[in-house]
Amino acid sequence: MKRVVSPHTLEELWQVLEELPKASLMAGGTDLLVHLRDKGRKVDLILLERIAEMQHLEQQDGELVIGAMVTHQQLLDSPIIKKHLPVLAQAVSGLGSPPIRHMATIGGNICSASPAGDSLPPLYLLEAKLVLKSKLTSRTVPIQEFILGPSQTVLAKGEILAEIRVPVPAPISTTEGISTYCKVGQRKALAISIVSMAACLEMESDGTVRVAKFAWGSVGSKVMVFPELDKYLFGKKLTDDSLRELGMMFARQVTPITDLRASAEHRRALVSNLPLKLLAEFKG
Amino acid sequence: MKIRFTLNKQAIEIESQPDCRVVDLLREQLVLTGTKEACGSGECGACTILVDGVSKLSCLMLAAQLEGREIKTIEGMSVSEELHPLQKAFCDQGAVQCGFCSPGMVMASADLLQRNPLATRQEIRQALSGNLCRCTGYQKIVDAVDSMVQETRNKS
Repeated sequence: MKRVVSPHTLEELWQVLEELPKASLMAGGTDLLVHLRDKGRKVDLILLERIAEMQHLEQQDGELVIGAMVTHQQLLDSPIIKKHLPVLAQAVSGLGSPPIRHMATIGGNICSASPAGDSLPPLYLLEAKLVLKSKLTSRTVPIQEFILGPSQTVLAKGEILAEIRVPVPAPISTTEGISTYCKVGQRKALAISIVSMAACLEMESDGTVRVAKFAWGSVGSKVMVFPELDKYLFGKKLTDDSLRELGMMFARQVTPITDLRASAEHRRALVSNLPLKLLAEFKG
Repeated sequence: MKIRFTLNKQAIEIESQPDCRVVDLLREQLVLTGTKEACGSGECGACTILVDGVSKLSCLMLAAQLEGREIKTIEGMSVSEELHPLQKAFCDQGAVQCGFCSPGMVMASADLLQRNPLATRQEIRQALSGNLCRCTGYQKIVDAVDSMVQETRNKS
């Protein structure tokens, strides 16, 4: 029989990791257990869900600090996130289904490093930093550097993602102007995104764009951002023409693949059209 | 491994493989077959149970995760022979056809009404968006939950 261990503190975790160095780490389990069952694999499991130091969600010196075991429902229930990081709240509200959101954690979503992970595009936009800990080390890595590709991260052996730090107020105003997460899936609930776009735009009172940031999901091996293209909208008003032009520029840069959910061509077409959604957002 | 938890208000202690899925523990070991398994991968909601009052999927949980928790399954909804009002509402509104999704639907609805007793129809649809039904077309299920909301509203 394989072992399942449920440490209650980081100290206990480090001990267990030494005893079971080959064990898989499980957060909410909504991805991991499906994979293990598909492959018929039996592995030792270390459950992280009860570790006391990974459950917090609090504001500290200009940052929102989120323990990696905070579930997506807890994010949605947080007034701080609703107020300061609505783009994250919106993305998470469409992740999986209610029971999945009650189980799955933000740390799990990040470490799964799926190109389609719903929390990822907003966390890229919001310049989230990740605190990685092991028995003897602690380091902080920007999310852009943490994810290397599908299911691949910089986590070293014996290292875990302990918490997520997001600047508050956000580096780009997510409350004045436009802040939106558009997800195209095969259906509205329980869908893995075919393409997703997180966008935050700060606008002048006359409707001119001051700053804009976009992050794209499911169009490459990881979330894609194009700071050079984001600048195209600066000083411009949102019009059908400017957004179409921008959409075409993004579509030329993304590197989608064809998989069972959609073809690469379809994904490019979606990328090209999704910025037009902002027009409706702005007109209200 | 010995696991202690509360199941439908009764404290129990049971010997189980720690990597046994909760849905198997409930159905095979405890013979509580009200909880159904359909997809086994978190896509359908048939196996929904309440863990500390919150809806979770018993096909994606391991027995070891139950330690110290309070579990409610569909069997814990009725009191002796008396159906829970939510179950009655499902019957009255014709929200049950083959019945396979019903336990999961009832548990997900119970979770919703506990958080949000005055849920709108839109909120009901969202709350049940993780539960698939292949018979009813959902309308009558939403009607059933909505009838509970109306009852609450009339009382207040």
